[in-house]
Amino acid sequence: MDIRKMTALQTAAAVKKGKITVREALAGVLAAVDEKENEIHAYLALKDRESLEKEADALDEAIRSGAVTGPLAGVPVAVKDNLCYEGLPCTCASRILEGFRPAYTAEAVSRLEKAGALILGKTNMDEFAMGSTTETSAFGPTKNPVNTGHVPGGSSGGSAAAVAAGEALAALGSDTGGSIRQPASYCGVVGLKPTYGTVSRYGLVAYGSSLDQIGPITADVADAAAMLEAIAGRDVKDATSLERQDGRYTDALICDGRGLKIAIPEEYLGDGLNDDVRQEVLKAADVFRAAGAVVETVSLKYTDYAVASYYTIADAEASSNLERYDGVKYGFRAEDAEDLHTMYKRTRSRGFGPEVKRRIMLGSFVLSSGYYDAYYLKALRVRALIRQAFDEIFADYDLILGPASPTTAPSLGSSLQDAMTMYLSDIYTVPANLAGIPGICVPCGADRSGLPVGLQLMAAPFREHTLIRAAYTYEQTVRGKEAIG
Amino acid sequence: MSDDRVIKEIDDETIDNVSILAKLELDAEERETARCDLGRMLAYIEKMNELDTDGVEPLSHPNSVPNVFREDDPSDRDGTEDSLKNAPLAKDGMYQVPPTFDR
Repeated sequence: MDIRKMTALQTAAAVKKGKITVREALAGVLAAVDEKENEIHAYLALKDRESLEKEADALDEAIRSGAVTGPLAGVPVAVKDNLCYEGLPCTCASRILEGFRPAYTAEAVSRLEKAGALILGKTNMDEFAMGSTTETSAFGPTKNPVNTGHVPGGSSGGSAAAVAAGEALAALGSDTGGSIRQPASYCGVVGLKPTYGTVSRYGLVAYGSSLDQIGPITADVADAAAMLEAIAGRDVKDATSLERQDGRYTDALICDGRGLKIAIPEEYLGDGLNDDVRQEVLKAADVFRAAGAVVETVSLKYTDYAVASYYTIADAEASSNLERYDGVKYGFRAEDAEDLHTMYKRTRSRGFGPEVKRRIMLGSFVLSSGYYDAYYLKALRVRALIRQAFDEIFADYDLILGPASPTTAPSLGSSLQDAMTMYLSDIYTVPANLAGIPGICVPCGADRSGLPVGLQLMAAPFREHTLIRAAYTYEQTVRGKEAIG
Repeated sequence: MSDDRVIKEIDDETIDNVSILAKLELDAEERETARCDLGRMLAYIEKMNELDTDGVEPLSHPNSVPNVFREDDPSDRDGTEDSLKNAPLAKDGMYQVPPTFDR
C-alpha cells in the first residue's frame, strides 16, 4: 500500500488495523516535505524530526494499548499559523509577532490532539489572514503544488498547499471571508467553513471576530467530516461557541442526492466569472440532477453589496483586534523610541505589512466619530439584508451551489498591485461569513491550463449534515464516473 | 457632529486623524498611497447607499445568543511568568516600557 496516496481516515484505519505504524505514516509525510517543501514553502514552522518521531512512537504505543482510539488516531496534521500551539512560534506571518511563543494551545488544536492527531507544525498564510493569495506573508509566499507558477490562494494557503502536496494528511485553516474555501478551490482539495459558533475560537488570533471560524482543509469530504467532528463543540473559553446536539458529522457521509433542493444564484454566474469555471460548475449541477436532486436558478438579492459590507465590517473589527500589537506584550518592539506613544507607532509602522496597514486604516476610519453611521452601521444594516436574503432562499432550498472563486489560481505576483480587484474576487465567499452560514468547497474539474476549479455549496445555519451529504454525494458520483470512464 | 455623512475628500487632516487612530507613522509616500487607497475603497463602499436600509436593524453578530455570564471564580492558572517570557522587556514581574510622561 502506498501511504502517500492515503487519506487521513484511510491512514487512521490502517494504523488501527496494524497495517502501518504512525511512525511510517509520519515518514511518508516527511518524505513529501523533503521532496517539495523547498519549493512550496507551505510551513512557517515544523517540529523537529526527533520530537515528531518520539510523538509518533508514543501514539503507536497508545493506539496498540487502546488508550487512544479516535478516528484520527495517528494522522499527521498541520495547523495555520494563527492558531496558538504551545511550544511552537505563532507569527500570523507577521514581523510584529516574530519570536512570540504562546503559552497555551488553541482549543481546536487540543481537540485534534485528543482525537489522536499528530501536529506537525504551523502553515504559512497571508499576514494576519488579510489577503487572498498568501503573498502578504512577511516570510515569503507559498506556491501552488498543482502549478508552482501560481498562488495557492489565501489566506490559509499554506494549509491548502500542505494537504495538496501530501506534506500533511489534513490541516486546519480559518475562514473570515473565504480563507478556507478559496485556497481549497485553488489547490484542488476540500475546505469546510462551519456555521459561526460551531468551533471554539479560543487560541485563534482574532481578525474579524464576528466572522472568523476555524475549519478543516482535507483531501476529501470524509476527512473534512471527521476533522469537524473532532474540533466542534461548546467550549467555555469561547462565549460564542455553541452547544450542538448534531456533532456526529461523519454520519452524514451518505451518497444520495435524492430529495435535495439546490439553488444556483444567477448572480453567482454573472459578469467576471471565468468561462471554464462557469462550465465546470454547471457540469456539477448536472451531476446533482442526475443523482436525483432538484436544481433551479434563483436570484440571491444584495449579492452585489456583500464585498462592500464585508470589508467595512472585517476592517473595522480588525482595527480594534489589532490594537493589541503595540510592542509591549509580545513580538517585535521598535527600540529607538524615546516615549511610549512613539514606541507604539514605530512598532506598528515597522511591524505590520502594507495590506494590514491598509485595512487597519480603513477600519479606523469607518469607526471614527463623524463617519460611524454612514459606513460601519450602514454595513451592519446591509449585512442584515444579506442574511435575510439567505433565509428566504433556504426557506425553499436545502443548498446554494456556485463557484468558490471567479477564477482559478492567479499567477504569482499578479494580484497585489491592485488591492481592490483582489477584494472583488471574494464575492462568492464573503456572504457566508456575513450570514454566519456553513460552506464547503469541493474539487470540480480543471480549467484549460489544468488548474483546479472549486465547487462551493452553502447551507442554512447548522445544516452541516446536509452540506456534507451533498458534497460527499458529488465527490463519490464523480469518482465513480472516473473509475468507469 | 452628525455621524451619518459620507466623506467628500480625503485631505491631509483625514489622513492625520486616521494615522492617530490607527497608531501608525506614515512617511510622505505612504500618506499618498493611503489617501489613494482610502479614497478608492470608500468610493466603492458608498455603493451601499444605493440600498434603502431605513428601519433595518443592524446585524453585528450572526447568532442571536445572549450574553454569557459566569460566576467571578478565578480558574485560570497564574500565567504571569509564561506571559512575561514573550515580553520584549520585563522587570519585577511587569512589562517595561519607555517613559509615558515627563518627570
